[in-house]
Amino acid sequence: MVQIRNVNKSYGSNHVVKNLSLDVYEGEFLTILGSSGCGKTTTLRMVAGFEQPTSGEILVQGENIANKEPYERDVNTVFQSYALFPHMTVFDSVAYGLKMKKVPKKEIHTRVLEMLELVQLGGFEKRMPAQLSGGQKQRVAIARALINHPKVLLLDEPLGALDLKLRKQMQLELKRLQQKLNITFLYVTHDQEEALSMSDRIAVMHDGALEQVGKPKEIYEAPQSKFVATFIGETNLFEGVVRGLRDHLVSIAVESGTILGSGEGFAENEMIAVSVRPERMQYSLTPVEGFTIEGIVKEQVYVGSVLKSIIVLQNGYEVKLERLAGEMLPINGTVYPYWEPKDARLIHPRDQEFFSAVENVKMA
Amino acid sequence: MCRQTKEKCAHNAGAVYCGLIYAFLFLPIVVIVINSFNATNTKPYLTWKGFTLDWYGKLFQNSALLDSFQNTIFIAVTSTLLSTFIGTLAAVGMYKYKFRGKNIIDGLLYIPVVIPEIVLGISLLTLFTNTNIPRGLLSLVLAHTTFCIPFVIFNIRARLDGYDKSIEEAFMDLGANRLTTFLRITLPVLAPGIGGGALLAFTLSIDDVIVSYFTNGLTMTFPLKVMESIKSGVSPDVNALSTLILLATMVIVILTQSNLLKNLRKVLKRQS
Repeated sequence: MVQIRNVNKSYGSNHVVKNLSLDVYEGEFLTILGSSGCGKTTTLRMVAGFEQPTSGEILVQGENIANKEPYERDVNTVFQSYALFPHMTVFDSVAYGLKMKKVPKKEIHTRVLEMLELVQLGGFEKRMPAQLSGGQKQRVAIARALINHPKVLLLDEPLGALDLKLRKQMQLELKRLQQKLNITFLYVTHDQEEALSMSDRIAVMHDGALEQVGKPKEIYEAPQSKFVATFIGETNLFEGVVRGLRDHLVSIAVESGTILGSGEGFAENEMIAVSVRPERMQYSLTPVEGFTIEGIVKEQVYVGSVLKSIIVLQNGYEVKLERLAGEMLPINGTVYPYWEPKDARLIHPRDQEFFSAVENVKMA
Repeated sequence: MCRQTKEKCAHNAGAVYCGLIYAFLFLPIVVIVINSFNATNTKPYLTWKGFTLDWYGKLFQNSALLDSFQNTIFIAVTSTLLSTFIGTLAAVGMYKYKFRGKNIIDGLLYIPVVIPEIVLGISLLTLFTNTNIPRGLLSLVLAHTTFCIPFVIFNIRARLDGYDKSIEEAFMDLGANRLTTFLRITLPVLAPGIGGGALLAFTLSIDDVIVSYFTNGLTMTFPLKVMESIKSGVSPDVNALSTLILLATMVIVILTQSNLLKNLRKVLKRQS
């Protein structure tokens, strides 16, 4: 549906988007996820036509839209600031897109009322933006964009200004709208939970470059980079050197000892990162074969069904452990953290991350 | 003293103080209004000799005074239109685009506002003489436009401070081109700022003396005419014209302050 190909964007010497390539499929809900300043909004604005790529091309349904003005593109945008027209009623705002397309007046009328009904704003058509609450404003903004049946709807952190409860509610509504109207959504957010719960696929961006694209489950369970592992959810990250390989088992020497992981395509003496989710982490009171790390239980927090613990390793590194509530760990006692080798994610570090790994090893 | 009497005293003192302020502000104006009905015939036209409407009649025979008033209105309207047009484009342009030396240009805007008017008057006179621009209506309009532009820009810029650029993008997103977007979104949203700037420009132009004094040539404006007539005491027909202007101003202020206009607009809308 949308193909972004080798797109770069620089402001002066500031390289904001770096060689980004991304395909958005028809009818899917794709989220670009990243912290603020990672270039995600700029990417969206280039698809909308408010910014021009420095190089590369963007295709919508196979057609290059590089030289098209925003008003010539068959995409619509929902802005974080709502961007409602302060001097136009709800009806006029929502009707404007159709008016520009020269749709007959009668049809505009019925379609606008239908659309307002769909976003649960029936009866609000005579209101001015100043008379609406935040959630209602955002519904108007969504209705205004959706009524044009765009090929792609671009959403730039549309729920960022709403409070938590409203945000949750709007997340469900957006997902419902997307499935009902079967329109391709390209959504931008820094909220990982939002991304995980709404998206068909997530594209994680970091520092202007694409880190990983995949289904929410893949992104969470199989992060391909250190950034993705730490940005999405909580994780325990170790860095070290491959010391031994046996079948799929990989033994890794890290600063505080030896740990196990499983995977293929690794070589001895290679620097790698290991990510273990807190809920996959286990502990034992006696040493476990293959693991030589040990630590002291520092803190335990009981959060209803889950018990969260922090174990401090000998080098000061804090390991987070989460389990369904059960037996408490011995506080200040010595324990041996371990995990099933298949639960550890082995990550090839990129060049820039290489040096910190080397340093860690030297210290050990 | 009990608390209630104390409060009463404070209340009364406040009322007196307030009354004094308003007396201070409005007494001079009242004097002009009263004097315009004064039947005296001898200079300096200050002693009360009974009520008359003669001066209002004489006013309409005093063609020099009426001409000067006409000039003033013409200059004010023209320079308001010009300065509002130029000022609006300048303010919007400087808001939207980044370019080299923008800060310097920004700062330069303050200069016509802060330099003494007399300096501006002299420099404009020199400029007009050197460029052979005939002194008269044309030079007056140019001069007034010059000192009005910064005020218009400041007014619109204040409005632009809270302006969300993305509403323009949203409008284009719906299929409107740049011109339509400017006319349908930018202008209406900025309208209060533009209107305020225009009103300010109009008032500045209509009562300007100093700059006009240097650039008028043989053309008389109403303030200049009043200045001239002062030499022989303010003649009551000037008072009469001032009273009429005052009346017109008050009507405008009342109209804009009250909801009259709003209601009127509603009625018109309903009819259409």
